[in-house]
Amino acid sequence: MKLMAQLAMVMNLDKCIGCHTCSVTCKQAWTNRGGVEYAWFNNVETRPGQGYPRQYQDQQRWKGGWTLTKRGRLTLRSGSRVKRLLNIFANPDLPTVGDYYEPWTYDYDNLLSAPPGDTTPVARPKSQITGEDTTITWGANWDDDLGGGPEQISRDPVLAKISAQVKLEFEQTFMFYLPRICEHCLNPSCAASCPSGAIYKRGEDGIVLVDQDRCRGWRQCVTGCPYKKIYFNHKTGKAEKCTFCYPRVEVGIPTVCAETCVGRLRYIGVLLYDADAVLAAASVPDDHDLYPAQLGVFLNPHDPRVVAEAERAGIASEWIEAAQASPVYQLIVDYQVALPLHPEYRTLPMVWYVPPLSPVVDVLASTGHDGEDAGNLFGAIDTLRIPVEYLAELFTAGDVAPVRAALERLAAMRAHMRRVNLGEPVRPEIAESVHLTPAELEAMYRLLAIAKYEHRYVIPSAAASDAHRLDALASGCSLDSDGGPGMTALDAMDSKFHLTAHPADTHGAATPADKAHRINLLNWDGKSTDGLFPPIRANGAEHVRERTR
Amino acid sequence: MITLLWLTAPYVAFTSFLLGHLWRYRHDQFGWTTRSSQLYESRLLQLGSPLFHFGLLAVIGGHVLGILVPASWTAALGVSEATYHLMSVSLGTLSGLATVAGLAILLYRRITVPAVRRATTRIDKVMYTLLTAAILTGMLNTIGSNLIGGGYDYRATVSPWFRSLFTVSPHPELMATTPISFQIHNLLVLVLLAIWPYTRLVHVFSAPLGYLTRPYVVYRSRGDVPAPSARRYARAWEVSNRA
Repeated sequence: MKLMAQLAMVMNLDKCIGCHTCSVTCKQAWTNRGGVEYAWFNNVETRPGQGYPRQYQDQQRWKGGWTLTKRGRLTLRSGSRVKRLLNIFANPDLPTVGDYYEPWTYDYDNLLSAPPGDTTPVARPKSQITGEDTTITWGANWDDDLGGGPEQISRDPVLAKISAQVKLEFEQTFMFYLPRICEHCLNPSCAASCPSGAIYKRGEDGIVLVDQDRCRGWRQCVTGCPYKKIYFNHKTGKAEKCTFCYPRVEVGIPTVCAETCVGRLRYIGVLLYDADAVLAAASVPDDHDLYPAQLGVFLNPHDPRVVAEAERAGIASEWIEAAQASPVYQLIVDYQVALPLHPEYRTLPMVWYVPPLSPVVDVLASTGHDGEDAGNLFGAIDTLRIPVEYLAELFTAGDVAPVRAALERLAAMRAHMRRVNLGEPVRPEIAESVHLTPAELEAMYRLLAIAKYEHRYVIPSAAASDAHRLDALASGCSLDSDGGPGMTALDAMDSKFHLTAHPADTHGAATPADKAHRINLLNWDGKSTDGLFPPIRANGAEHVRERTR
Repeated sequence: MITLLWLTAPYVAFTSFLLGHLWRYRHDQFGWTTRSSQLYESRLLQLGSPLFHFGLLAVIGGHVLGILVPASWTAALGVSEATYHLMSVSLGTLSGLATVAGLAILLYRRITVPAVRRATTRIDKVMYTLLTAAILTGMLNTIGSNLIGGGYDYRATVSPWFRSLFTVSPHPELMATTPISFQIHNLLVLVLLAIWPYTRLVHVFSAPLGYLTRPYVVYRSRGDVPAPSARRYARAWEVSNRA
């Protein structure tokens, strides 16, 4: 056994309102530079829809991820190593910028500098690639909210896997948002396709990164990633990708996308896993077995043997504690309401999703039924086979059972909590029907509905576990130079006027531990003032963080 | 004049080639890339790039055989001059034509596709001019002198001259009598070698053969990454030389 720790994320799709705040803040933080104008490390796509880049899920065409050879060995879908090298001069499976969209800006100057005339001056769209006038025909989010209608939506590769009869009905009833970042897979096919070995998985936290100094621009990774979450910077000639905001999580604060999420639908936590079991899990013959196989790779942080093994592997106690309090572990393992995105790509993705129940409730309510009643909901999930099948194509390689089970747990939670909130007698059989106890349902409700910042993000800081190494890092942030992200006026001011005395100090100011010392009115839930004001300390007693469970 | 062209010039070019690569490898890892333009345009590239690259690999292989391997060695293996000539002309013409065809497609693409044209830097333009000129004069030598013109035995002059540069007993006088097209070809290649490390041609030395043997997934520790110096990315060669 080779025990390793990984920072993973879960997104609760029930709560995503498709506001794109995560995308925008991520872009401002990471890709507001020339060369990656078209790149969105975080994007939110409407399902059903074509996604970004267009039809990226069609692996017949894009050849992303892994597949099994006839003899059952795991190999890249784009071909063997030799084939990859022979394709190095021209990658036949590379999306071009048109498959994403041609980035553009507007000639705003014309609004001010146009000479007096009979017509109002306009700001013409200009391509950010060529600088020429351009016609806008597609964007990162062109079919948002089913925009473009059936003509566009029917090109959804996931929809194509469901029968035609289902499709028609489906379009009338169903839509949800899917925010996507890099999956930071346990078995990353981007890293496996990099000829230079520039893409690596960090041993400490599992974050998959591109070494900008080692990347030689062979662009095989763009093809290798089935989620198309590696982007080629056309100015620097290097690959770039979501970094899981490692400069932030290293000091214990969540990623930008999670921090700024309006719906508070993201959870970040530690998962312990057995790296030696990854290959076998990714190689199971039946696609439907991939989801349970991946669950088998994760280790139970409450098991004393796992704790002992973790200590033996040199994992800091703060990390082990974080793994035990991990909201991600609870959602994936304890409640089993979170599912992986496209396990059939065999990369063992580490950003998981709680499937959306809301469309089912909405349909019930609109047909005059009680949308919160357990019996109604269970029946609706079963009869509304359409969304369940679609969700299964996304999350379980087409296996409907786990999706239905997750939705039933969510439905049971709703029904149970309504009885609690209305003061009706609790019916334990609701919880039992989904293999949970009423107490567990309530804990799940707290985690999904009202969990506070430090319960949604349980991120051990690298600082505590290896302070000496952080000291060395503090002498130079790897991002604060030309060409790297962050080349802004603020950076210049910062280095000149020392707005922040010391990089480590700035980061420390926002650690979750310090949140206890600040006034935070955003946490008001209308009932108690817990968490709004700094705790009153008697005899220097430390504020004790209350756990969800 | 002969000394300047065929003794000083090659050594200057070799020095620039060697030291330039050392310097750039140590100081500009971030700029060391193919700077692929496939993101802009894929169709023409898929046609031209393999033709050009595989053709050029064959051409380089042919040069190694013809220049670095002495005629006496091939003779010792029982390959007569006539056989060698036939081989060299036929294979050389074939791979040369593939290279030229590929290059033509790539140049056409670079000029006519607006996005690709805009991504072409000043040093790119210099490099493309030299490379094209070197390939065309080389083609002229193979087809003009050796195929149509009845043959010129460069293995008696050019090859010994080139090898003599490495044995520290240079014979620049060997080049004095060679045809003018061979002289021009050699000079162009020398200039190309001299500017090589400062162009995107450095990607040749990153041929990722290690990929065939390394494990699929690379793990690294946070501590393995040295803190980069603040000026490192400012040196990114191609970015600062943008035309």
